[in-house]
Amino acid sequence: MNARLLILLLWLPVQALAQGFAGLGSEDDSFARPSRDTVLQFPADHGAHPAFRIEWWYLTANLTGPDGTPYGLQWTLFRSALAPGDGPGWASPQLWMGHAAVTTPQAHFVAERLARGGIGQAGVTATPFAAWIDDWQMAGPDFDTLRLAASGPDFAYDVALVATGPLVLHGQQGYSVKSAAGQASHYYSQPFYQVSGSLTLPEGPVAVTGTAWLDREWSSQPLAQDQRGWDWFSLSFDSGDKLMGFVLRGERNFTAATWITADGQTTAYPDGAFAAEPLARQTVSGREVPVEWRVRLPGRGIDVTVKALNPQAWMATSVPYWEGPVTISGSSGGVGYLEMTGYD
Amino acid sequence: MNRVILAALLSHWWRNPLQLFTLLAGLALGTALWSGVQAINAEARASYDAAAGALGEGNLAQITALPGGVIAQQTYVALRRAGWNVSPVIEGKLGAVRLIGIEPLTAPRGTGPGPLPDGADLGAFLSGNGQVFARAETLARLPDTGAEPVVTPEIAPNTAITDIGLAQRLLNRPDQIDRLLVLPDQPLTRRPLAEVAPDLVETAPQGGSDVARLTDSFHLNLTAFGLLSFAVGLFIVHGAIGLAFEQRRTMVRTLRALGAPLRRLIGLMALELAALALVAGLLGVALGYLVAAALLPDVAATLRGLYGAEVSGQLALRPVWWLSGLAMALAGTAVAGGGALWALVRMPLLASAQPRAWAMARHQRGQALLALALLCVAAALALWGQGLRAGFAMLGALLIGGALALPPLLAGLLRRAEARAQAPLAQWFWADTRQQLPGLALALMALLLAMAANVGVSTMVSSFRLTFTGFLDQRLASELYVSATDPAQARAIVAVAEGQAQAVLPIVLVERTVAGLPAEVFGARDHATYRENWRFLQAIPDVWDALARAEGVLINEQLSRRAGLGLDDTVEIAPGLALPVLGIYGDYGNPVGQVIVTEALFQRAFPQVTPLRFGLRLDPAQVGAMQAALRDRAGVPDTAMIDQAAIKALSLAVFERTFTVTAALNVLTLAVAGFALLMSLLTLAAMRLPQLAPVWALGVSRRRLAALDLARAVVLAALTGVLALPLGLALAWALLAVVNVEAFGWRLPMYLFPGDYLRLGGLALLAAALAALWPAWQLSRMPPARLLGVFRHER
Repeated sequence: MNARLLILLLWLPVQALAQGFAGLGSEDDSFARPSRDTVLQFPADHGAHPAFRIEWWYLTANLTGPDGTPYGLQWTLFRSALAPGDGPGWASPQLWMGHAAVTTPQAHFVAERLARGGIGQAGVTATPFAAWIDDWQMAGPDFDTLRLAASGPDFAYDVALVATGPLVLHGQQGYSVKSAAGQASHYYSQPFYQVSGSLTLPEGPVAVTGTAWLDREWSSQPLAQDQRGWDWFSLSFDSGDKLMGFVLRGERNFTAATWITADGQTTAYPDGAFAAEPLARQTVSGREVPVEWRVRLPGRGIDVTVKALNPQAWMATSVPYWEGPVTISGSSGGVGYLEMTGYD
Repeated sequence: MNRVILAALLSHWWRNPLQLFTLLAGLALGTALWSGVQAINAEARASYDAAAGALGEGNLAQITALPGGVIAQQTYVALRRAGWNVSPVIEGKLGAVRLIGIEPLTAPRGTGPGPLPDGADLGAFLSGNGQVFARAETLARLPDTGAEPVVTPEIAPNTAITDIGLAQRLLNRPDQIDRLLVLPDQPLTRRPLAEVAPDLVETAPQGGSDVARLTDSFHLNLTAFGLLSFAVGLFIVHGAIGLAFEQRRTMVRTLRALGAPLRRLIGLMALELAALALVAGLLGVALGYLVAAALLPDVAATLRGLYGAEVSGQLALRPVWWLSGLAMALAGTAVAGGGALWALVRMPLLASAQPRAWAMARHQRGQALLALALLCVAAALALWGQGLRAGFAMLGALLIGGALALPPLLAGLLRRAEARAQAPLAQWFWADTRQQLPGLALALMALLLAMAANVGVSTMVSSFRLTFTGFLDQRLASELYVSATDPAQARAIVAVAEGQAQAVLPIVLVERTVAGLPAEVFGARDHATYRENWRFLQAIPDVWDALARAEGVLINEQLSRRAGLGLDDTVEIAPGLALPVLGIYGDYGNPVGQVIVTEALFQRAFPQVTPLRFGLRLDPAQVGAMQAALRDRAGVPDTAMIDQAAIKALSLAVFERTFTVTAALNVLTLAVAGFALLMSLLTLAAMRLPQLAPVWALGVSRRRLAALDLARAVVLAALTGVLALPLGLALAWALLAVVNVEAFGWRLPMYLFPGDYLRLGGLALLAAALAALWPAWQLSRMPPARLLGVFRHER
């Protein structure tokens, strides 16, 4: 999952708390920059990269209850640095932000957490793997076997993740270009998690099973000045194949995509190969947001309709955006997740 | 036509500039005192709100360590990781400034003028040398911190806010936290507090800041005085407007006869009044600003001394009070002028347009009945009323009832004097005085209110002072009081003092909620100092022996009254430790409840708390030597030692200041009343010629007439003064027995001060004589031709 936060940050609300995640409108030479030559190393790269300005651990899951009801689940940990590196205690320049959500066909539950680095309230370690903020955590003996938990005022979840496929590197061996001008990030995913566990909703606990997709990305660079918003798709087809694709909306749209076969083989597609156009909009939290899309990747014969499970999946967090589960119909069936930013 | 009518209306003020002055001055003075008081209250409330907003007081639950302890930073992280949505706060003194460290990412948002003002740059707040937010005057007092100072007027006075990391460093308290704010939104799953941090306690939100509640009564007091002053001002305005409209009856008739529609005439007069009210209101608000600016430092000092409440000594021009001042001026004018306008509306076009000011008031009976009813209401409220507001309602009913009762009472007294008088001139004097009563009634009522307020408040203040001085002698029995900064220094103090002092009495306390109220729990050593000096309001026999056997506790009067605790009722001072009340003692000047237990019991209940303050009993001549020994051998700075005399002077100074404000308002009120009397006499003087001329024609000299006029003013003031005394004493009783009990939780014995009352009476007579002097002098020098002219222009 891509430069989404970078984009979000261009529409920062004025609130003080969001400001820690701001400052990305300009380049800062003191931070490390993504390099085409970097070879990702695991498990070390599962951990945090404090030399870079921004980073995230972004998990979304499509789940099903015992009665067949579809659910969506999100667990995200963002890291944003005021300065590169780390410091002792409160002096650490690292700031952390967590977002968690559960989406049902009728409801959408959201919670947010903020924390300073350096005191142990939030952080990520690579071995054994643990990412946490407050009582929320994604942790396990290694990256393939994780326990995921979060809770908000009106919901909670606690699920187990088991990876059934390899890690997937996007772009060029994990070097993912974000604009025609060359902005880029390091980007890899684990889209092959099997999920089982339970959701706690106002109606009571629900046992769920399904699949999850974890995105890892870090960078220091802002996006191009004209880029105003972002539509990002992670789609899992019934065939077992998967597609990651995004449209960066600007004066000229920039798109990119990765085709992932059921056994984890990847093909990266350059700008223009992937296309997504809105079919229907709905008023969500006072603004018009597309909730139905036509998504095409002609190189793979993909021409599908992607529809929000719950059009009102608005993340009313300090940096607001739309994030929710989708269903796929058309040339192939399946499920997935959609994120949309910059709809003011 | 409007211009012609307006010109005619305004010409009245040209011809009677004194009336115009009276009207404007009365309204401006009343508005000034009202808006001045409101400005002070608004400033204080803004300060409390800022403090409460910064601290999350009132609307948030809090987690604190057991008394005497601090929260380790690791415990905070453990709580966060157990699901607790809490935010840390550290607090301490940096120099004289209260420094508050907050954590902006977890701090609650949207609670008033919050910790971080809009536009704050989180990056700058958290990185580099950090930032310190405070008012400009606070920043100036702050020692150099290396952080960037940011001027923030929204922050409470004498308070600086910074990041918790910087605050820990500046206060030299690494990894320590004083309290955790519990945010309203908590996650579904959360481990119990007792499991994560068994030595921490959560307290429910207080519902409004403590300071605001404590000082509520003080501000209500000020408001009551502001209203009283405004009422006195209104008396003046009512008099001036009434007189002006009476004198303009002929003009109105003429204008109507010339074809001016009544409706337009009334409209223009209302407009004229509104314009005058606006001018006077603006003047009053400006004056009020000056009054408030002059009094605010004293009020701020009082609030700090009495309640520990920080109030800015600088006045801001807040819309809330200057708008309310203008509104009061307009509303007051409407009330004062409404009746006069209505009388004009009802005036038949062809009726005699003669001024009726000298017709004896026919509604005296109605007024007497209304006065009686109000006094009954006051009595009923005194007997059955509950709460501070009922207390003030009672005061209001008492004062207004008393004021309304004045004219009928005076009329009765004068009638009786007239019946007793033998000589014709004496009979005329009494009859003429009675005749003038309606014209002077308002001024006399103002005088009555001012004098009664003066008697009442000075009685309360003096009673308080007597009681409090005696109380200080009991309570401050130790000759020297010493504070230590840490337990090591406390041990050093004890080591030094034990050889030289007759006794070392540790003073150890914790702040706790007792019977649902904020209170302090003290541990007291069993010592003759207490047995010999303390006096109880109520106690069981041999109370000190029972206390020494740990059979119960002592509580102060405030706690007893507020929590409804009597002897033998049980009080829970610590979880699972409830003991009966053995005695109740007076504790004047303390805003919160207090519980005293024995030292041993205290140590059992609060083992973490070690005494850091001590009272030393020694020969008063040895105080200096002891201070030197403590300074040299225990490293106690002079600022941490205070001798009995100094502490008494300090405490008394706090209370002197408390009433400086009241006394100042009192004097102003009396001055306004004297002014009202002068204005009434001046305006009446010219109109009384038709009454005086025949008496002069019968052979009474002008000088004699003038002397009689002077005597009349003094007699009326004297009678008013005599009637003001019982009213003032009733007011004092109400303040001591009702308002004080409700507001502060203690009841003071009432003492009488005849000398003060006599002096006040003398002042009132002097004021009346001074007010009458000028009109009388004018009369004595009046050319006989003017007196003769009365007969020539016989109406």
